[in-house]
Amino acid sequence: MALLEIRNVTRRFGDFVAVDGVSLSIGAGEFFTLLGPSGCGKTTLLRMIAGFDAPDGGAILLDGQDMTGVPPEARDIHTVFQSYALFPHMTVADNIAFPLRMAKCPPGEIPARVEEALDDVSLPGMGKRFPNELSGGQRQRVAVARALINRPKLLLLDEPLAALDAKLRERMQLELITLQKEIGITFVYVTHDQEEALALSHRIAVMNKGKVEQLDEPAKIYGFPKNRFVADFIGECNLFDCTVAAHDAGGLDLAIEGLGKVRSAGAENVVQGAKGTLALRPEKVAIGRELNAADCVNRFHGKVFDYLYTGDVTLYIVEVEGGQRVEVMLPNNAVGRSSKFFEPGDAVQIGWRDDAGHYLHD
Amino acid sequence: MARRSWILWAMAALGYAFLYVPLIIVIVYSFNDSRLNAEWVGFTWHWYEVLLKDEQMLTAAWNSLIIGVSASAVATVLGTMAGYAMYRFKLRLLPVLVLMPIAIPEILMGVSLLIFFVMLNVTLGMLSITLAHIAFCIGFVAIVVRSRLTGMDESLTEAARDLGATHWQAFRLITLPLIMPGIIAGALMAFTLSIDDFVITFFTAGVDATTLPLQIYSMIKIAVTPEVNAVSTLLMLVTLILIVIASRLSPGALRGE
Repeated sequence: MALLEIRNVTRRFGDFVAVDGVSLSIGAGEFFTLLGPSGCGKTTLLRMIAGFDAPDGGAILLDGQDMTGVPPEARDIHTVFQSYALFPHMTVADNIAFPLRMAKCPPGEIPARVEEALDDVSLPGMGKRFPNELSGGQRQRVAVARALINRPKLLLLDEPLAALDAKLRERMQLELITLQKEIGITFVYVTHDQEEALALSHRIAVMNKGKVEQLDEPAKIYGFPKNRFVADFIGECNLFDCTVAAHDAGGLDLAIEGLGKVRSAGAENVVQGAKGTLALRPEKVAIGRELNAADCVNRFHGKVFDYLYTGDVTLYIVEVEGGQRVEVMLPNNAVGRSSKFFEPGDAVQIGWRDDAGHYLHD
Repeated sequence: MARRSWILWAMAALGYAFLYVPLIIVIVYSFNDSRLNAEWVGFTWHWYEVLLKDEQMLTAAWNSLIIGVSASAVATVLGTMAGYAMYRFKLRLLPVLVLMPIAIPEILMGVSLLIFFVMLNVTLGMLSITLAHIAFCIGFVAIVVRSRLTGMDESLTEAARDLGATHWQAFRLITLPLIMPGIIAGALMAFTLSIDDFVITFFTAGVDATTLPLQIYSMIKIAVTPEVNAVSTLLMLVTLILIVIASRLSPGALRGE
């Protein structure tokens, strides 16, 4: 049985539907992420799970029990807030001990358990400090320690790394994964950062306008986006409007304006003349002066229009003869001093295999 | 350039002089060894000694103290509740109702309270003064408390609830300690407002009860004696100390933030 069951939950604010008939089922021990742009309803959904807000329709079940009308303090769910919400008038130790005191834990046990919790998040001996004496990363750890100390069934994390700088964020991501594995508590993580979601989660629900667009494992979300929104939101992606010119057992022939005929892997329920989108990741497109025909079914001549150098990779924008612009990503894996291959204006050939792209129905 | 800044300084000095010279004169002449506030004769503590032996004055001071303490205590509790309600529920009408007594002319409030007490057959005296003071102090406390609450991170109380605290525990353990400086500042403000109020007290005092400001007023009807200077100086001192403490505790509130 699922640990957390969200059944057809809806929440409206006036005319605005923040969460629109969402159903999810999250298993025990899972690292689950709600991913979407701001205003997609992910935070509203999280607040309803925590009990700060109530659904207008549908139900939330924790361990099979309906949570309707159950106040936040009576739910076996704790939250790590975006602002961390550490109590400024209490020491770190008192902050961490707060849930134990509320749960009427025997006072004699508290100091040892707090010390242990501080060790768990690698902050030994920091108990006597006040929150304003800590760095951002340390506060984040205290917030996690406080939320986990009496081992809730479910931990909610509301963009907990958003306030940290990039380097620290990466380290905290690794720590969160390790921590979740060690203690085995179910995490529900909210973020708008797709890289973070891909790196951390077992499963991701991509949300948009109050609805779940796709629910899958990270590799599926990235590799096989279900629709245009998901393809566009997760990572870089070429999205071409196309028409199905022909289809057979081997795949599809797509007509794309400014590009021409493109051979693509098959999809279900395709009819001739149907309109859709071809989603093509830039890193799956090859680029060269001249490409080997055996590698790429789809080949086009063009000119480099512009490029974006980002250190590990370079993103080229290539304008093909038909006029269409295609993004091509090339790893900067050349050893030695020549790390850049093409300049704007260079004549190149780009190409990709028939199964590199991904046809999406409109 | 230098000329213009010289003029600005002079204007500022004049402005401050207008505000503070009268007060300084009152203080200086309270130490003057003469019955008249006319010329400086010599330094003395005499008028303060007279003050301490003046039965009427001491009774008035004691009355003021009792009224000030009880009115500010009650107003602090009610004002804190009002400030919290204004912050939590964000109703349009509530702030207007709470803050109205601050805005309306004091004399109007004095007259209306007098009529109200007479209608209800409340004997005018200590009780009626205290009730009147509570009425006009609540708004001030509410403003200070609300400003303190507005500066508080809302997720703190949510975090407390989330971690197992009931509504009441979250208020008692998180909200209350965090807004305490505001509450104390509000209480001190209420006390100073109460202790030096004249107009409203004048209307609601009746015949028996006299407070310090009323006593000073009745004395200067005859003549401004140095004894009045002495008591005014003390009153100023007490008020000043309390306001300084209050502004230290809640810096934003007194600047109307």
